[in-house]
Amino acid sequence: MTTSQIQIVGTLLLAALIGAGVMAQAFQQARRPLWLGIIIGAALGTAGALLLQAPLNFCTFDPERDTGQFIFGLILSALGMAALLLPARWLAVNGLAGLSAGQATHGVFRGRLTPWLLLLPTLAVLVLFLYYPFIDTFRLSTLVASRTRSAFICVENFTDLASDSLYLDSVLRTFVFSGAIVLVGLALALAIAVLAFQPIKGAAIYRTLLIWPHAISPVVAGVIFRLMFNPQGGVINFFTESFIGVRFPWLNDPNYAPFVVIGAAIWTQLGFNILFYLAGLQSIPKDLVEAAAIDGANSWQRFWSIMLPLLSPITFFLIVTNVTFSFFDTFGAIDYLTEGGPVNATTTMIYNVFDTQRQNLGLGKAAAQSIILFLLVVAITVIQFRTTERNVNYGA
Amino acid sequence: MARSLAVPTARSLSTARAAWLPKRWYIHALLWLAIGIIGFPLFYALTVSTQTNAQVFRYQLTPGNNLIVNWNLVMGDRFLWLYMLNSFGMAVSIAIGKTLLSLLAGLAFVYFRFPGKWLVFGFVLLTLMMPTEVIFIALFRFVSNLEMPAYLNLVVPFLASATGTFLFRQHFASIPAELSEAAQLDGATPLDYLFRVLVPISWNTIGALVVIQFLYAWNMYLWPRMIITSQETQVVQVGLRTLLAVETGVSYGPLMLAAVLASIPPVLIFVLLQKQFMSGFSLTRDK
Repeated sequence: MTTSQIQIVGTLLLAALIGAGVMAQAFQQARRPLWLGIIIGAALGTAGALLLQAPLNFCTFDPERDTGQFIFGLILSALGMAALLLPARWLAVNGLAGLSAGQATHGVFRGRLTPWLLLLPTLAVLVLFLYYPFIDTFRLSTLVASRTRSAFICVENFTDLASDSLYLDSVLRTFVFSGAIVLVGLALALAIAVLAFQPIKGAAIYRTLLIWPHAISPVVAGVIFRLMFNPQGGVINFFTESFIGVRFPWLNDPNYAPFVVIGAAIWTQLGFNILFYLAGLQSIPKDLVEAAAIDGANSWQRFWSIMLPLLSPITFFLIVTNVTFSFFDTFGAIDYLTEGGPVNATTTMIYNVFDTQRQNLGLGKAAAQSIILFLLVVAITVIQFRTTERNVNYGA
Repeated sequence: MARSLAVPTARSLSTARAAWLPKRWYIHALLWLAIGIIGFPLFYALTVSTQTNAQVFRYQLTPGNNLIVNWNLVMGDRFLWLYMLNSFGMAVSIAIGKTLLSLLAGLAFVYFRFPGKWLVFGFVLLTLMMPTEVIFIALFRFVSNLEMPAYLNLVVPFLASATGTFLFRQHFASIPAELSEAAQLDGATPLDYLFRVLVPISWNTIGALVVIQFLYAWNMYLWPRMIITSQETQVVQVGLRTLLAVETGVSYGPLMLAAVLASIPPVLIFVLLQKQFMSGFSLTRDK
């Protein structure tokens, strides 16, 4: 056997072993037969290791590939294993009962074909316009590709990204932008929602006047902010000069442009966040707050120790939606405000995908970046599901 | 609000505030401050939309005298009305199409038994993790090879919805089973039952989905920016770019006017139907 064949067999054996261990532990925890867990686990572990490697024809094990690609190949095997083993482990522990919770079958109408006919339009659109492009993205990511020609280059698109400092910067930038949008946006929204929640005259009017910006698209926000923060004619510099005597280079300077993008994003999301915090505040039982008031808690204490913890499910929901918004929907604002510049200072991951795609040989690289974005979406979704499972009693 | 009525007037008289100030005047003041700051970008855009560039650069914060010129430029030279019409057609088609397909899928999932139901449902739900932004490179290649008319390129890829299917599945499951049993005894077909019984009692849920999807589609940007190449079929979010790309430098008045006009439909719908919007979210939230 050649070295690469030994490496492949070794990897698969290791995968089987890890899978067996994981499932054995899960089966033991669920008091199911241990031997069954070992067999299922070994099978799933091997299948997982093959899941992403087999379509690549094990190219990362070829002798001419460098260490970086070899290691990336091992990461792929691990990812495939996680994709199969983690759901299987969840199923083994929680049983099918977990899945069929809230089982929704009235099962009245008869007909073998009818349900499939009803589902046909949905399934057809999903397969053609979501699943097919999704799988094609994976295929593209292994190619150096342009509109006219393409060639298989194994995982080079990914390993190149790992050493591409411009790309790594855009990843870091995306996280920093999301963090700023979430922190500042939610803090502002909560403060305003608490004010608007006070029993005052005209609360409904205030509410409407506070939430409408949510319907403004990121694009329009970009258009308006582009003029407001124009270093020459923008009204913001007129204000800063009148009040503190300084003009800022805003959109022309890589140190200032990110603030404008973040500001525009916070502005468009503010209405949404206020709306949900108001709904959350309304769902807090009044007697709880009043009881605390009778016990002598001042309004500040009531806010920190009663209202804020009770708002945590809403806060969590808002963090998830705002992170998703920062990752994807800021694209329109960035495209109008800065087109990713100056000097890449506002190039986020999604903008980078778009930019790379425009270059002639960039399709494969853009697809590889899309897959990294996809993995982040999966991570966010998994965190969301796991946490809502725990917080389900709160309800909103 | 009910509470503020219950507060005895004697107490409010005893506080230090002047008689002409409303109760809790500082909260009103802070809220107006917030409204002012939140509203400023729109106020500024509205002002600029009536001005010439010279007035903009003089930082004039009162209406100018150039509205009609700007309007004629935006509507005449730059086809804004056409972009808006295209956006409207796309947004309405996506909102209604998605709702219709979701209704059919929800009906299949709740009122039928068929093998592999859980698998199919999982298959639909899994697409929640595939937003267009993650697949648009491949989607673009695929759709541009289909050579469909531009309108279909905009609408068809977004007709199916995991959120919508889930929404109606949950909603139908909460409707008492007696209703469907009675309908079946009367010999109603599934589609009769859907359109004569379910739809009339589900307007709230349907309204919620339509409102959310209309807003989402109207504000969609990345996909039309990629796939639409001709001016005649462009949507308004991308069409605004034509006002930026002027050789003689940007005229801010027309640009702001266009931005404001492009925002009127979604803002109106959102403000008028905020209750439906919210209920759509609280329904999908507890997955």
